[in-house]
Amino acid sequence: MSGERLLDIKSLSVQFGGLNALNDLDFHVDKGEIVSVIGPNGAGKTTFFNMISGMVRPTSGDIVYRGESLLGLDPNQVTARGIARTFQNVRLFANMTILENVMVAQHCRTKVGVFGSLLNTPSFRREEEEIREYGKKVLGFFGSRLVGYRLEQTASVLSYANRRRLEIARAMATKPEILLLDEPVAGMNPKETEELTGLIGKLRSEWGFTIVMIEHDMKVVRDVSDRVVVLDHGETIAQGSYDKVSSDAGVIEAYLGRPIEGNAS
Amino acid sequence: MSDTAMGGTAVSDTAEFAPARAALDQDWRKVVKHGLVLGLALVFISLTGMPEGLNSRVIIEPWLSMGYLSLMWLPFAIGFAVTHEQVLEGMVQHKRGARELVAGAVVGLIGGLCLSLLVYLLDTRDLSDPLVNWNQPLLDFLTRDGSVADGVVLWLVASTTLGLFAGLMRIVPTLASRIVRAVLLTVVGAAAVEALINDLSEEFKLEGVVEWLYHPRGGLEPAGAIALAIVAAVFVLWLGRQLKKGSAVYYSARETQPHAVNAVSVLVVGTAAIVLPIFLGRLTNDLLVNVGLFVLLALGLNIVVGLAGILDLGYVAFYAVGGYTIAILTSPTSPWISPTLPFWLAIFIVVGMATLAGLFIGAPVIRMRGDYLAIVTLGFGEIIRLTVRSDWASGLTGGAQGMLSIPGPDVNIGGWTLPGIGWTFPKLEIDLMGTNPQHILYVVMFFVAVAIYVSWRLENSRIGRAWMAVREDESVAEAMGINTVTAKLQAFVVGAILASFAGAVFAAKVGTIFESSFKILVSIVILVIVIVGGMGRITGVIAGAFVLVGILGGPNQPGLMAEFSEYKLLIYGALLVWMMLKRPEGLIPNVRRSRELHQDEFLQDAWLRGEVDRDEAEGSGEVAPA
Repeated sequence: MSGERLLDIKSLSVQFGGLNALNDLDFHVDKGEIVSVIGPNGAGKTTFFNMISGMVRPTSGDIVYRGESLLGLDPNQVTARGIARTFQNVRLFANMTILENVMVAQHCRTKVGVFGSLLNTPSFRREEEEIREYGKKVLGFFGSRLVGYRLEQTASVLSYANRRRLEIARAMATKPEILLLDEPVAGMNPKETEELTGLIGKLRSEWGFTIVMIEHDMKVVRDVSDRVVVLDHGETIAQGSYDKVSSDAGVIEAYLGRPIEGNAS
Repeated sequence: MSDTAMGGTAVSDTAEFAPARAALDQDWRKVVKHGLVLGLALVFISLTGMPEGLNSRVIIEPWLSMGYLSLMWLPFAIGFAVTHEQVLEGMVQHKRGARELVAGAVVGLIGGLCLSLLVYLLDTRDLSDPLVNWNQPLLDFLTRDGSVADGVVLWLVASTTLGLFAGLMRIVPTLASRIVRAVLLTVVGAAAVEALINDLSEEFKLEGVVEWLYHPRGGLEPAGAIALAIVAAVFVLWLGRQLKKGSAVYYSARETQPHAVNAVSVLVVGTAAIVLPIFLGRLTNDLLVNVGLFVLLALGLNIVVGLAGILDLGYVAFYAVGGYTIAILTSPTSPWISPTLPFWLAIFIVVGMATLAGLFIGAPVIRMRGDYLAIVTLGFGEIIRLTVRSDWASGLTGGAQGMLSIPGPDVNIGGWTLPGIGWTFPKLEIDLMGTNPQHILYVVMFFVAVAIYVSWRLENSRIGRAWMAVREDESVAEAMGINTVTAKLQAFVVGAILASFAGAVFAAKVGTIFESSFKILVSIVILVIVIVGGMGRITGVIAGAFVLVGILGGPNQPGLMAEFSEYKLLIYGALLVWMMLKRPEGLIPNVRRSRELHQDEFLQDAWLRGEVDRDEAEGSGEVAPA
């Protein structure tokens, strides 16, 4: 937890009409951390991700990444600077092949343009080969599920769990520094969840990613996170280690509601 | 065949009356519905005046004209449609037989009744006020110059017979129906391409055969038609099998040695493209130039719509930019500046102008999505044309008077002397002057080759993948690091350049340029070509251009069936509606798009083949949601 400060979010607020989706939120991520963001439905977790990745503009506050403000940048510029995300409601390029899905994600890391492609220059061919190889390497992270004959299949034939894996692979392919994972294990069965939990650890230890994760599965949160941030109604109500947060009275109340008088145990 | 769930006592009954029962065991609602659709279609087509108009085009002299054919194909087609049965996995399929015949015949009969009613009403009532084609010639056409009773009997018998025939096609063996289809297509096709064959025969000295085959007043001779039918049948019986073998060899070769096969096909097509125009007559060459121009335009639009998913309805603007740029730069009579550059030099400036136009129109519209973008581009397409026509711009573009005497793309190279050795390059000088369609055809083919190469290279590149990602999901593409504005502008500009090539060749071919050649209809026709041919697929787009522009005719050009030109918009519309309903992926579809449109069926098939993966862990019965 003692790495350099990567992402620093200062008093971030966003309002949709009269609704305060996020209210004066402070947040930071250090290099090499795995931070989980939890909170009940509607707490503003996905809005928080949308704001970091540039898809929603904050009403006030600042997002500073490596000393540079991300405010006003387009999503593709944020990704180019090294922050990649996945989507809660899996949004793959369903009619592109699995390999193409991870190849296209390397767009901002490559540069051959129209003329290079037309003339089939050596640098075009070299780059194309590199894109392909790196794509296969990223897919190989998930074992044999996404490689082999699968490479040329369209993403639409994948099972739900594999779609989630491909989403993560696609985000990895953009060569980010910070990975934003939006509910990576949602809809997976216990065995798959356990496996992916292990992989999230490897994303840090083997690939060197810093990870911010939204998750509802408390077992996953407990197993991988260095730090847990709890949001409710757009505000941070607690943060710290899992053990500290899970015994926090405010957090329990946010999830379960206030105990009825006289019935509390 | 019949209800198997019937009680035991009914079994003997069923056996005895099986054929009759099967014949009457119809989905009568469906049959009547199809019959009424047929009737309405027949009446509608009659009242458009199309059959009368096409009556002059003879298929088989003196039996059958295109006019009668334009009505008679309908009972067959709808009879064939009504007997179509969806094959469902795991369902008991009923045995084909009398049921099909009855359904087809009843549909035909209802259609015939409707048309007979029209004949009767034509004779007794006068509705010529709202319906301009409600007149004596139509009555004469429908009764074959006979009495009303003749007409009624003719259509009742003809329509019922054709419906019955369609039902028959469902129950005869596949080979037989294939032969019938081949015979019909050959005879109608041979009559349709009569002008082409005449054109060709002069070069190949085959006038004798042609004279025997065709009647001097047009149409096939009965003997010629029979001969062609026999040839077609033999072809299906014998050659068809050989062809199947050949294509199997081709496909397996393509699997194992894709590069060699590609090289050979490029070589074969290239040689044919170079040699063929020499043997083709003026008419054929001219037709091919028109088709080529639309192939070029459609390939360009295919990049914009098919790959990047930008629905551009004002594509004609770039066609106009190319045409006017070349006119101003090469024509000696251009009103403002007339540098009279050679075509091949001017074409570089055309590329520059098209790029500017692409950026200029693209920049404001590219941030919009979907329908909004379509409407705005539609507006820009008209704005360019109206600007060109306006008094304000007439000093540059000639306004409504247009520009004249645009020279053709001459080839004038060589003649340079190498310093030192004193050897002179042979001088190559071909004077085209934009009049000889054979030479223009080479120019068109050159640009079409460029367009095919560009489409093919870009589709499988970083840029092409970015376009596809933008088409699939724009927000996600952006979140994955793609600058969607740049990607869409690139697609827009590449499309604009290809269209400007078409415009330049068009101006050089015709030798004059008027704003009326760049109406909104051109944009629509190009889009229809892309949709009908198969969006996102190069061969599909080429096929679409051949079918629509080659056979029916383009917005300003007649096609092979010159008689159709008055009704081509009607046919375009009908074709488009039919395609959207039955085959939204186009004639020769892109595998990807076809999957997109038939996602459910595709997934089901893949599931049955075991290709859709199930989550491997135990306890999870979950499969991919559609």
